[in-house]
Amino acid sequence: MTAESLSNKKNEWLFHSGPHAQIVVSSRVRLARNLEKRPFPGWAKKAERLQLMKEVQVALEALPQMKEAFSEQMENLTLLEKQVLVERHLISREHAEKSAGSALVISMNQTLSVMINEEDHLRIQAILPGFQLKETFALITQVDTQLEENLSFAFHRKLGYLTACPSNVGTGMRVSAMLHLPGLVLLEHMNKIINSVNKMGLVVRGLYGEGSDAIGNLFQISNQITLGEKEEDIIERLHVVIEQILAHETNARGVLRHQQTETLQDQIGRAYGILLHAHSVSTKEALNLLSLLKLGVDLGLFSLEVHALVDELFMEVQPAHLQKSSQLLKMTSKQRDALRARRLRETLEKIPPPGLNNNS
Amino acid sequence: MLCDLCKTKEATVFLTHLVEGNTQNLNLCEPCSQVHDMHDSMGFALADLLLGLGASHQIEKAALACPHCGFSQRDFKKQGRLGCSVCYDIFAEGLALMLRNMHRGVTHTGKVPRKIAAIYQRTAELEALKKSLAQAISKEAYEEAARYRDLIHRMEHTPAQQKENSSQALEEELLPPKNALPGAKNSHQ
Repeated sequence: MTAESLSNKKNEWLFHSGPHAQIVVSSRVRLARNLEKRPFPGWAKKAERLQLMKEVQVALEALPQMKEAFSEQMENLTLLEKQVLVERHLISREHAEKSAGSALVISMNQTLSVMINEEDHLRIQAILPGFQLKETFALITQVDTQLEENLSFAFHRKLGYLTACPSNVGTGMRVSAMLHLPGLVLLEHMNKIINSVNKMGLVVRGLYGEGSDAIGNLFQISNQITLGEKEEDIIERLHVVIEQILAHETNARGVLRHQQTETLQDQIGRAYGILLHAHSVSTKEALNLLSLLKLGVDLGLFSLEVHALVDELFMEVQPAHLQKSSQLLKMTSKQRDALRARRLRETLEKIPPPGLNNNS
Repeated sequence: MLCDLCKTKEATVFLTHLVEGNTQNLNLCEPCSQVHDMHDSMGFALADLLLGLGASHQIEKAALACPHCGFSQRDFKKQGRLGCSVCYDIFAEGLALMLRNMHRGVTHTGKVPRKIAAIYQRTAELEALKKSLAQAISKEAYEEAARYRDLIHRMEHTPAQQKENSSQALEEELLPPKNALPGAKNSHQ
């Protein structure tokens, strides 16, 4: 598969909605793995990284799950292609900065992806739409177990899987869910939620992980601890917490719908108005307003067909996706803001204004 | 006392170093002291030490760097990442406190790679057999002992060929030395 056909293909986890997809956008599990006795990527020399990269690429391409996969060295990808992959959560921002000696392998349906020589030799990721932490874990465990047959992972009797950073040692596992929580944000309950989630040893981050803002009312919740707890227990803990947040968000939406109808209609109506008429929109503004449209669909202010349109816009308004669709090699952020506004206007024109009677 | 570097063998070479009034001790086993070039020129190294010549620098380096990948404690302070999987043993002492603060306990309780789990299991089975063998010998039940001896022999020799170097090395580390077992020496041929 080529980079072109990869980015032209929609990613399955975004467009096939899973259980509780109105609130839980996606479920993700990543495993950090390293080869025994080989220097970690940050310490290895270029020749060592290249050698290891080839070995791992061969092992990955042999997996049945990676049939007809996209497998490429980072140096062969353009800046724009890398950025598209970051926006799809298929690689990290750190990995996008890598060049010779790093690679990535992505399964055809984009649910499995492996970064080679990011911070660790392998960062294996599985992502599924909706609230499916256990299914995602099952998927990634299968891949990990198959890889063990051909690769000798660094494993310590006491410390478990060894990783470049001691904060990932043990299971090497980070489980996360992407949550869409406009209700809790509008009712200003989010700080309370973040505080109590932190007390449970879990972390809340923005759309693009570490250090990113919570734009579009999207939050990632993940485990921090990787040593001293079984994989299944980590997942169970996260599962329970997310179930609670789900209940709180549903509650918040109920309050908005029934007790603060005016506030809700005002917010969604304004979002619709701006997106329909603006001529320059930044990514952040677009995502924040689209989040309100999404909430509008969930609460029946728009017809159900609008859902797919809004989900698609969520991806299409992001800088690299937008620039890619323009076929231009170089664009200033001002040009992008104008193009983004045009795309939004074109789509919004197809959507009738929000109203409580649109519930079909 | 175990060697500061490999932590497996008995330390037989003891070095004491004074830096600005602070005492630094380095206890090495024979092989490690040779690897780090402290044995051949022992007399000179000590003299160097006392005179404060180049030797001190070398000792500091030997004490704090990973012999497998050359990563030093100073590099860790700079990067916050380790050099290779061996570093976890070399810097175990310093890491223990950090891991305790970072995680829930310091012992992994989750998934074990299948190959390694198989080695753990085999080691446990072998140990049980060897215990039975020792018991049989002390009871002078030699027929029984011969059966255990054969079982042990078969276990030790059949699957070993399929294993990779790495897991074999691990197995050696996990197993008690062969000659520590009664009757193991002349158990075959």
